Amino acid sequence: MKIAESWLREWVDPDLDSEALGHQLTMLGLEVDGVDTEGAGLDGVVVAEVLGVRKHPDADRLTVCKVSAGGEEIDVVCGAPNVTTGMKSPLAVPGITLPNGVRLRKSKIRGIVSNGMLCSAVELGLGEESDGILELPDDAPAGMPLTEYLGLPDRVFDLDLTPNRGDCFSVLGVARDVAALTGSPLKPPDVAPVPASIDDTLPVEIPLPEGCPSFAGRLIRNIDPTARSPLWLVERLRRSGLRGISPVVDITNYVMLELGQPLHAYDAARVQGAIRPRLAKPGEKVTLLDEKEVVVNEDTLVIADDSGAIGLAGIMGGLSTAVSGTTTDVFFEAAFWPQAFMAGRARSYGMHTDASLRFERGVDFDGQGRAVERATELLLEIAGGEAGPLVHQVAETHLPQRKPISLRRSRVSLLLGLDVEDGVVTGVLERLGLTLEANESGWEVVAPSYRFDITSEVDLIEEIVRIHGYDSVPETTEIAASPLLTVTESVVDLETVSATLVARDYEEAITYAFIDESSNAPYAPDGSELVLSNPISSEMSVMRSSLLPGLVASASANIARQQDRVRLFEIGKSFHGTLEASEEVVRIAAVSCGTALPEQWGLRAIAVDFFDLKADLLALLKLAGDASDVTFRSIEHPALQPGQSAAIVRDDHEIGIIGKLHPQVAKQLELKRDAFVFELDALQALASAAPVADPVSRFPVIRRDLAVIVGEDVSGEDLVRTVASAAPDLTRDVRIFDIYQGPGIEAGLKSVAISLILQETSRTLTDNDADAAQAAAVQKLRETFGAELRD
Amino acid sequence: MQALSELVEAAASEIDAAGDLAALDAVRVSYLGKKGKLTARLKSLSQLPAEERPAAGQEINRAKQEVMGRINARREALESAALEERLAKDAVDVTLPGRGYSIGGRHPVSRAMSRIVKIFCNAGFGVRSGPEIEDDFHNFTALNIPENHPARAMHDTFYFPGGRLLRTHTSPVQIRSMVEEGAPIRIIAPGRVYRCDSDQTHTPMFHQVEGLVVDRGISFANLKAVLHQFVEAYFERKAELRFRPSYFPFTEPSAEVDVLWEEGKWLEILGCGMVHPNVLEAAGVDPEEFTGYAFGMGIERLAMLRYGVTDLRTFFENDLRFLRQFR
Repeated sequence: MKIAESWLREWVDPDLDSEALGHQLTMLGLEVDGVDTEGAGLDGVVVAEVLGVRKHPDADRLTVCKVSAGGEEIDVVCGAPNVTTGMKSPLAVPGITLPNGVRLRKSKIRGIVSNGMLCSAVELGLGEESDGILELPDDAPAGMPLTEYLGLPDRVFDLDLTPNRGDCFSVLGVARDVAALTGSPLKPPDVAPVPASIDDTLPVEIPLPEGCPSFAGRLIRNIDPTARSPLWLVERLRRSGLRGISPVVDITNYVMLELGQPLHAYDAARVQGAIRPRLAKPGEKVTLLDEKEVVVNEDTLVIADDSGAIGLAGIMGGLSTAVSGTTTDVFFEAAFWPQAFMAGRARSYGMHTDASLRFERGVDFDGQGRAVERATELLLEIAGGEAGPLVHQVAETHLPQRKPISLRRSRVSLLLGLDVEDGVVTGVLERLGLTLEANESGWEVVAPSYRFDITSEVDLIEEIVRIHGYDSVPETTEIAASPLLTVTESVVDLETVSATLVARDYEEAITYAFIDESSNAPYAPDGSELVLSNPISSEMSVMRSSLLPGLVASASANIARQQDRVRLFEIGKSFHGTLEASEEVVRIAAVSCGTALPEQWGLRAIAVDFFDLKADLLALLKLAGDASDVTFRSIEHPALQPGQSAAIVRDDHEIGIIGKLHPQVAKQLELKRDAFVFELDALQALASAAPVADPVSRFPVIRRDLAVIVGEDVSGEDLVRTVASAAPDLTRDVRIFDIYQGPGIEAGLKSVAISLILQETSRTLTDNDADAAQAAAVQKLRETFGAELRD
Repeated sequence: MQALSELVEAAASEIDAAGDLAALDAVRVSYLGKKGKLTARLKSLSQLPAEERPAAGQEINRAKQEVMGRINARREALESAALEERLAKDAVDVTLPGRGYSIGGRHPVSRAMSRIVKIFCNAGFGVRSGPEIEDDFHNFTALNIPENHPARAMHDTFYFPGGRLLRTHTSPVQIRSMVEEGAPIRIIAPGRVYRCDSDQTHTPMFHQVEGLVVDRGISFANLKAVLHQFVEAYFERKAELRFRPSYFPFTEPSAEVDVLWEEGKWLEILGCGMVHPNVLEAAGVDPEEFTGYAFGMGIERLAMLRYGVTDLRTFFENDLRFLRQFR
């Protein structure tokens, strides 16, 4: 909310300069989001009187005005259509620079010397639009500096109010808080009842008192429809961010800004029968002031007359009864619409108005009569007319209740960690308008009608510390029981995983958890149910089933930015299951493109391949143990290239996938390089246990190498397992150290060189032992795969 | 016959002339070998009269020792020269880069998060997590934000058909942890959160760390202390903090915390407050017996301040040129 310092100071004027006042507002919880200075740079602009206007001899649209700013009469050439003899207007004289950057010089305009300029609101930075020079009131004293006349410069505080403080959406509300904080007196709203001069009123019926427990209205007849809002009023509205429209509308806005009570004005001549607030009927429609037709829900209060709905209560009035330039009879309405009937309603129509904002947060339920009196007073002053009696219907039982709240002295000091003196407690709460009654343990406190955020003891404690100052609370380190906690070895922590991947030359990425459906499709064969109802865009609409699409897209973007070698990893969740029962799985994913090693001297650049990536993957798996229970099973996967993709399996559970990105998927992403990827289910892949040590053998090892020829589709994993099973007690390790296909080996076959590392824990192995083990291995290979020894 | 001394001299000059170990060995053989010149002298002793033999023998042995000594000295010199030569040949350009992998790096958001977690863990906080797809109860209702509460409008929530949503803050973990563990409790909950907002200063996904301490006698003064200590630990310097009244439905009193930054500017870095009794009740904790504080901070914000990042969106562009700056 925008609030001008000058207006605020009219209500409370603490001994603080502008900056300190702004700081105090922020420290009250009424955060100053920004400060604008209005009317800066107007020094030298004065109030002038136009004494005479004659046509410019050489220009149809220009006039030559005789103008006086209290001293000598000067000639000023003017292009404004609204200049008339006798009017008062701001005059800028040569030598000054206007806020819009124009520097004035004495100049000849079509042969006539102009000694200054009569200014429009736009030229003075006092408005967004204008249709001529600014017309000042007739009693503006000629010669007075404009800044002095208009109370400029003025600061406008833009307050970012929190939803609990509906009471601060007015000058009165902010002033009340400032008064409570500073102790400076609040000048109370001095609204004198306006006596009725006629007996007329509009009938008002309240069929649903719980929806409208307080309704104040007043008919004012015979106003001058040509009256215009005075400059002071338009200026105040403008500094509050509102545009002047007509006296009636401006007055409703003004009173709302001043007192926090939204008002509505009807053209009384257009209301048919009684004004009747009620819930909307099924399918009921109303055309609002903004000329939009709304179909109203049955949970929404409308104002109705005999013609049907004529407005949305507390949100916006209707077009059919709106005041216009010809309105002479006005009916002001100020109602209290309870929060229960307002919450969420405006939003359900895509609306958000100054009125709905206030009603949703709570409006003083004791302020309706006062607001109508204030509006009547202003209207009579500005546009004349005859006021009927104030009609005020109140259903006491349906007004919000203000129950006494117990405030315990002990609770204040416990919650704040600060002993607050009784005098401070009572002083603060009383200045805020609460009533207190002391008892043994503290006080019984009743909140005022304008506070909707004080319903329990903590609300009171917050008020106390808010006004007493958060700075007054000391810093005290708590004493906490700190029993020692387990450091588990049942799972490898993700920090270690990150550190390992970082050590292996991967950069960590963070990609969005929602992606586009087509990227996700290869990872969710049956589609995903987890689609946002209100995504930012369709590219960010489906909860990812895998981290890989986002990661590969990041790799692709980097390659497009001339990065030749990209290695990225991400740790995050993927989302599965149904809308009712979604599952979230923490995953570790990596992508590698370009050369296996960074380009460097002394090494040939070799493109990364499946086995480079597999080594990185195994490094992670081996964080959790020796990974001997992990197998790689060749699979088909829509995102991966057939023949270069595998499921990673542990205990018959698939714990991840690894492979080369399918060229077609790469093409869709405009990824111009081979990409190798893996993804692991973190919890399953990292399940671990405390290692159990085996005694280290003191006896030497014997190594035996053998080369066998087998079918090319025999897997390395199977060969190793078979060899290891031949003499399990002696075999420490089995390694494949060469694989050969080519001249000398028949097509369809391959030669595999395998080394056996043999060792006993209780004795030195003999050559005979080793020979026997080797023979057993060869025999087993022969039986299982029809392997032949290679010479 | 040549004088013994001449023989030694001749040997000495041959030794000096020997250019390598092989040549030196040849010299040794020619003087001290089985058929060597000095060996021959020893053999010829028997031809001398018996009374001259001891003196002559001694003389020859001295000569032998001298030659042997010279040979050894020469050998050492040759060996060390050879070693030096070999080492010189082995010399490398030490300025060339090392071979193999380079090293990667953590994402700055993870890096910041990791430090934050460490700071609190060192003070005995446990780490908890919760689902990112949440229900309305845990994200709002249990946090004292009933349906139609104006605070919901501030949250820009992503919804799924049927009403479930992406958590808008890490606060639901407060509820889940308290329900599960009861009080006293002392935890932080780092994680991803989501809001339907995307512009220069908002990304639809970001990270928070939530903190929650509930125990007997926990006060606002405790909250002020822990956050002041946290900010100083995180920025590794003394810091001036400002606690400013604010509003969160799930805490009361509530505060936003500003830190005094360069040029005397106050920068908002986190929100906090005393856990609202309604929240304790919703989680099955007796608000008369227990009080608590909670805080929530945006990791991106803290990472930006710590590492001088000026554009929030760069965190999720994963540009290697950006990421590589956080080694």
